[in-house]
Amino acid sequence: MLIALDNLMAARYQMAVSLGFHIVLSCFGVAFPAMIYVLHRRGNRNDDADALLLARKWAKVAAVLFAVGAVSGTILSFEMGLLWPGMMSKYGDVIGLPFALEGIAFFVEAIFIGIYLYGWGRLSPRVHLNTLIPIMISGAFGTFCIISVNAWMNAPAGFDLDAAGDVVNVRPLEAMFNSAVLGMSIHMYVAAFMVTGFLTAAVYATGMLKGRRDRHHSLGFTVAFVFAGIAALIQPFVGHLIGGRLADEQPSKLAAIELSVEPESRAPLVLGGVLVDDDVRLGVSVPALGSLVSTNSLDGVVPGLDEFPPDERPPANVVHLAFQTMVAAGTMMAAIAVWFWWRRRRHDDPYSTWMLRATVAAGGLSVIALEAGWITTEVGRQPWIVYQVMRVDEAVTDNSGIWISLAVIVVVYASMAYLATRVISGMARRWRESDEVDIPTPYGPSEAVRVGATEHTDGPG
Amino acid sequence: MGLADLVAVLLFVGVIAYALFGGADFGCGFWDLTAGDANRGAHLRHQIDKSIGPVWEANHVWLIYILVFLWTAFPQPFAAIMNTLFVPWLLVGLGIVLRGGAFAFRKFSSSFREARLHGAVFATSSVVTPFFLGMIAGAIASGRVPVDSTGDIVSSWTGPVSWIGGILAVLTTTFLAGTFLAADARRSGNENLAIEMGRRSLIAGGITGAAALGAAVIIELDAPTLASGLHGRGLPLILISAIAGSVSMWRLWSHDFARARIGAIIAVAAIVVGWGVGQYDWILVDQVTIDGGIGARSTQVGLVIVFLMAAVTAVPALVWLYVLVNSERWAQDEPDTATRSAGV
Repeated sequence: MLIALDNLMAARYQMAVSLGFHIVLSCFGVAFPAMIYVLHRRGNRNDDADALLLARKWAKVAAVLFAVGAVSGTILSFEMGLLWPGMMSKYGDVIGLPFALEGIAFFVEAIFIGIYLYGWGRLSPRVHLNTLIPIMISGAFGTFCIISVNAWMNAPAGFDLDAAGDVVNVRPLEAMFNSAVLGMSIHMYVAAFMVTGFLTAAVYATGMLKGRRDRHHSLGFTVAFVFAGIAALIQPFVGHLIGGRLADEQPSKLAAIELSVEPESRAPLVLGGVLVDDDVRLGVSVPALGSLVSTNSLDGVVPGLDEFPPDERPPANVVHLAFQTMVAAGTMMAAIAVWFWWRRRRHDDPYSTWMLRATVAAGGLSVIALEAGWITTEVGRQPWIVYQVMRVDEAVTDNSGIWISLAVIVVVYASMAYLATRVISGMARRWRESDEVDIPTPYGPSEAVRVGATEHTDGPG
Repeated sequence: MGLADLVAVLLFVGVIAYALFGGADFGCGFWDLTAGDANRGAHLRHQIDKSIGPVWEANHVWLIYILVFLWTAFPQPFAAIMNTLFVPWLLVGLGIVLRGGAFAFRKFSSSFREARLHGAVFATSSVVTPFFLGMIAGAIASGRVPVDSTGDIVSSWTGPVSWIGGILAVLTTTFLAGTFLAADARRSGNENLAIEMGRRSLIAGGITGAAALGAAVIIELDAPTLASGLHGRGLPLILISAIAGSVSMWRLWSHDFARARIGAIIAVAAIVVGWGVGQYDWILVDQVTIDGGIGARSTQVGLVIVFLMAAVTAVPALVWLYVLVNSERWAQDEPDTATRSAGV
């Protein structure tokens, strides 16, 4: 049993690390093409050299991020089987359809990314710009498909269990279009724009704080910020809609989020705080607000943890704090967005020092909110891998090497993150040093073997 | 042929495509590794970057396609494959991450030292990854993956046929990539490199052919089910592969790299199809058949529809990508584009 528990923790940590890493990159895969499109289109239409230059630079950054995103996504498909064979062998055919459709989306995305990244000067400007459109569509469709699987784990549908507990009467479409998919996938899609937009805007805000106040920076800042700001203003509404479903769909998750021990109407909203021996400590309670936010009614009943057997309760403190971290970060980002447009409306300098500092903070907050939200939904589902159908300990592999693979994944992903950051900041440094967007790859120790530079007047890119 | 067989064929289409496109991609790793020191190897490494840069991500989606089709159509055999072959899959995963990351990092490296480090990681993992994929194929083909996931965590994938699978995977991908690089170098106008790659590919082809003959003996001894399939239904494909491989080498000898590449593609495709035909109708050889391992029927119908959807979306796009990268304009170095893209 001890070994089984050990394995389970290792498998969960490995999944958490792999997904927590990939989720940030997938945000870029979904949202970055739209931002590049805006710049590229502006560059083409208005003959705006700055916009075009930015589009080309962002495309090169995207090449690095997409590469790491593609391989870390591949690892996730391995891990479905390596870590959770119990779920895949039993429910693989129930939930396989959205995975297969996501495969198409990923294909289309990868193909057009290849065409777009290498299409500069080789395709007609119009065709080249338009190759971004299938990337954007497949990003949105892919988000829907992947989140469909996660939503199904939270709100399983599309199959029956016979008396022996075997899966029968599989209805793949019903599984795919389960009751949670729409809200969750929109939530994730909007989050992708917040993360990508605020992180990108934060980069330009940092540059402007260092005194690089040229059009290049203000344009990069504005395009990214506008995407993220709009998303940040939409997100609270989307989030609220999903939250409203939890009372019916996943009462144990809602109880954990609200730190609610007993079911009650006019339940308080606990800000902060932890649960110790069924008592809420250190939190600030706002009467009746808990019922209002989770059921849209002051008299609504918030479920309590004691409605569930002790071994079917999620770890409430983790879920509660993760959820409130997400909401707090989301609120701050929305406030920063409001502040930005308020200043513009008043014709104040939208690039004031404090605005820029707030944007840098928003970059960090966006990732914090993303990870916290994801922890809320994943940990809040525990101990189930398929809510109230299969427990994680029934799904996990019994291979004993999981701790080793966990250690390997942690080391490799940490190095990937470090190297990607290093390479991208190296690109940025070289762009600051020269006007050339194309930066030759140093294939050899001396100028003589910079292949592109010797054979041609321009770099190999 | 029933619906389950059709789904198995669609799954195997992915295996063939991955062997060809993913294979040509992986194979570049060997040539990168052996390109020589920084001065001598620079042109070849540049050519490798140029050849696979636009296509490598798409080429590796085939692996995801295979995994997704496998777990959706054959949930239990999939779990068995992942459970029993946990170690090689982990190594493949590691290889894929390191390879993809390092390839992108090298292209945008700031210094030669960094580029060399990333290049070494890219090249090494490109050789190691197909090796373990081949070992996985060998384990399945030699009947060492029981459907109830009780296979030994080590000996299941270290049998003789697994070693053969690993070695053949590295050799065939190397040969394939060599012919691609020779053809690409010629189209880029680097005739010296093309001829050099043609010469090296010829050697690789010879070694691959010899290894394939040796493999036949070992398969005979270690994997009787596969062997009998290869003697019977699979024989024409083995012969096609041998002929196409020989023609390819003859074209290499004559410096006709474009046709050598076609020959190599046919040779590799035929041997992979031969494996599939040879092990039909087992999904896990000697353990479970296609009909025994297939999942829900409604999902099989769904998969066929997904395949048709892919055929009208991803496939035309893929064809366009390959047409572009094989066009005259894309064979040249990336032009300086600021003005042209602006439509000026």
